Amino acid sequence: MSQSFDDISAQLKRRHRKSARLKWISMGALGLAGLFLVLFFADMLVKGLPAFQQAQIQVEIDYNEDASRMGRAALDPEVSRLVSRTFERMIPVQLRNNPDLLGTTETRWVLADSEVDQYLKGNRHKLSESQQATVDRLVAQGDLALKFNTTFFTSGDSKMPEASGILAAAVGTVMTLLVTLAIAFPIGVMTAVYLEEFAPDNRLTQIIEININNLAAIPSILFGLLGLAIFINFFGVPRSTPLIGGMTLALMTLPVIIIATRTALRSVPDSIRHAAFGVGCSRWQVVRDHVLPLAMPGIMTGSIIGLAQAMGETAPLIIVGMVAFIPDVSPSFTEAATVLPAQIFTWAGEPEKAFVEKTAGGILVLLAILIFLNATAVMLRKKFERRW
Amino acid sequence: MNRILKHRAFKTTVIAATVMGVVGVAQARDQIRIVGSSTVYPFASYVTEEFGAVTDYPTPVIESTGSGGGIRLFCNGVGEGTPDISNASRRIKLTELERCQENGVTDVTEVKIGSDGIVFAQSSQNEALDLTLEQLFLAVAAQVPVDGELVDNPYEEWSDIDSALPDREISIYGPPSTSGTRDAFEELVMESVSEEMEAYGGEGYTEIRADGAYIDAGENDNLIVQRLTEDTDAFGIFGYSFLVENPNALVASSIDGVEPEAEAISAGDYPIARSLFFYVKNQHAEDVPPLYDYVDMFVSETMIGEGGYLTDLGLIPLPEAEREQTREKVAERAQLQVSDL
Repeated sequence: MSQSFDDISAQLKRRHRKSARLKWISMGALGLAGLFLVLFFADMLVKGLPAFQQAQIQVEIDYNEDASRMGRAALDPEVSRLVSRTFERMIPVQLRNNPDLLGTTETRWVLADSEVDQYLKGNRHKLSESQQATVDRLVAQGDLALKFNTTFFTSGDSKMPEASGILAAAVGTVMTLLVTLAIAFPIGVMTAVYLEEFAPDNRLTQIIEININNLAAIPSILFGLLGLAIFINFFGVPRSTPLIGGMTLALMTLPVIIIATRTALRSVPDSIRHAAFGVGCSRWQVVRDHVLPLAMPGIMTGSIIGLAQAMGETAPLIIVGMVAFIPDVSPSFTEAATVLPAQIFTWAGEPEKAFVEKTAGGILVLLAILIFLNATAVMLRKKFERRW
Repeated sequence: MNRILKHRAFKTTVIAATVMGVVGVAQARDQIRIVGSSTVYPFASYVTEEFGAVTDYPTPVIESTGSGGGIRLFCNGVGEGTPDISNASRRIKLTELERCQENGVTDVTEVKIGSDGIVFAQSSQNEALDLTLEQLFLAVAAQVPVDGELVDNPYEEWSDIDSALPDREISIYGPPSTSGTRDAFEELVMESVSEEMEAYGGEGYTEIRADGAYIDAGENDNLIVQRLTEDTDAFGIFGYSFLVENPNALVASSIDGVEPEAEAISAGDYPIARSLFFYVKNQHAEDVPPLYDYVDMFVSETMIGEGGYLTDLGLIPLPEAEREQTREKVAERAQLQVSDL
């Protein structure tokens, strides 16, 4: 032993110092990440929560002759400018569809213009002095108030911020993800089963494996270009539809599902396979009755995470035309639809200030759904996970 | 239903059936498809929404692709997969129309809907600035004349161009080259100034500097507005409607002594103003029944007239005679000829 006791204890101190430093640095990194997360959430909540409230106004609607040409004529001139145009333009339509209304009056709560809404929320607005006075008076009378914004959940996009909502985008998201699931899940799982249980381990399967891992990492916009070139230009799938969106996202989700499924299959111990073979099962029976059921929780978790990823995706959808102004709920898989992240992207580009809170509100809804999906994935894993 | 429709529909159906076991029945479209300029987008989407609400037809689908991108899609051919209308914040170019005709899009009607000013604005935390068109040109051109010679743009601060201007760094957020706003800016500012300068030999010069002073800010004009509120030293180039929507956040520079205001733009006094258009594919009129109902609604006085709904959004109405002209063209579905350009 050439080293003295002092040398060794000095070395030990140095090593302890080093590990303490490493600990502090990594804790700092975690703290920083946490801080960003908190800031992001706080910002979204502050900006987005007002979107769940909307100014409504109680007006008397007088269905007279003039109103069948111009909706505004049915309202008291003092408040007609304060009422949302989405309501006003429907008055002539209502009169046309239901002529009995002519000559009657009705009092009800309707959407107020977004400028009124912004004024009540203390944001920048374009109301004149006299309009502000009218609004203040109506609020005092109880004829104008901020109420829970059901419109946000029951209508599609609109150019008028007060009437815009996420329903069309939410339905579009569900339809698109159904297509994605219908394509990516069976193909992904079967591919993984073949690669893991049947394929010989040779050059070819190794190349396929490397390519699948590669695919999982390439930028998502490339899948959009692929979708445009193959599905739209070659096969003629209609643009902007849940079908094309779902097919494009399926390409993106496939590698995620394949990789997750292979990992799940690999974690099923060989003793199970050997036992099944031992009682005379065919390879197909082994996979179907023993390996797949045991691997299912892992497969489900992987698929849900893959879908959640696809759900937050906008880039490939821009290319296939799903980022567009689409106010109607899509009636079928082959008609135009948009998705939640695309809706958020569209709102972020609107010039009206009132869309800022809609954008943040949309983000909150999207985050809530993503948290729900990911939590489900974790729950599934926790509940069905087996340790061998 | 024409042949192309059936062909596309067949393929679509096969895919839908094989892929998910759903058999979709395709038919002549009820839904109009619109692409094009991000400047026209706010106006057009307002009309589409109104159209969807008050008629029994579904709301037209409208994608904001930029004028150039829109016309490219529009000119890809005739048939269900191609758009029916392309919005543009500039006139269609000769080369574009020729490409259209090569691809079989031969019957196109041009509809002029109004004007738009291009504003040069900054955060309202700064003093408003008076610029001449020439100063603006010198700030953005890639090469400028110094002592009669063309050299790479040496100006780093506004005060380098004219000592009366503030000594702030030149930093300008502007639209990318696919944008109609950019085309109009190049034509109305770059070309018109450089044609007057001897150093360029009387030819229009449209090269924009790429040394970081001019920053491509994407198709989204709103993004430029947002950046300006954060980066108070910078200027932005965007459409007038975004100035109207943000009256407190932004202050526009007057150009050659003229403020960008609706009247000045409409009268042609403001030097950077352009017309807004959309192009209708008449060959689709039969397969897409609502097509001309939509166009009629768009050009109606309640939309593009004085005090119409679109003027609330910042559209600058055409003079009355020109509005009448537009409506006449729509009524007779006037076919745009190469010789018109």
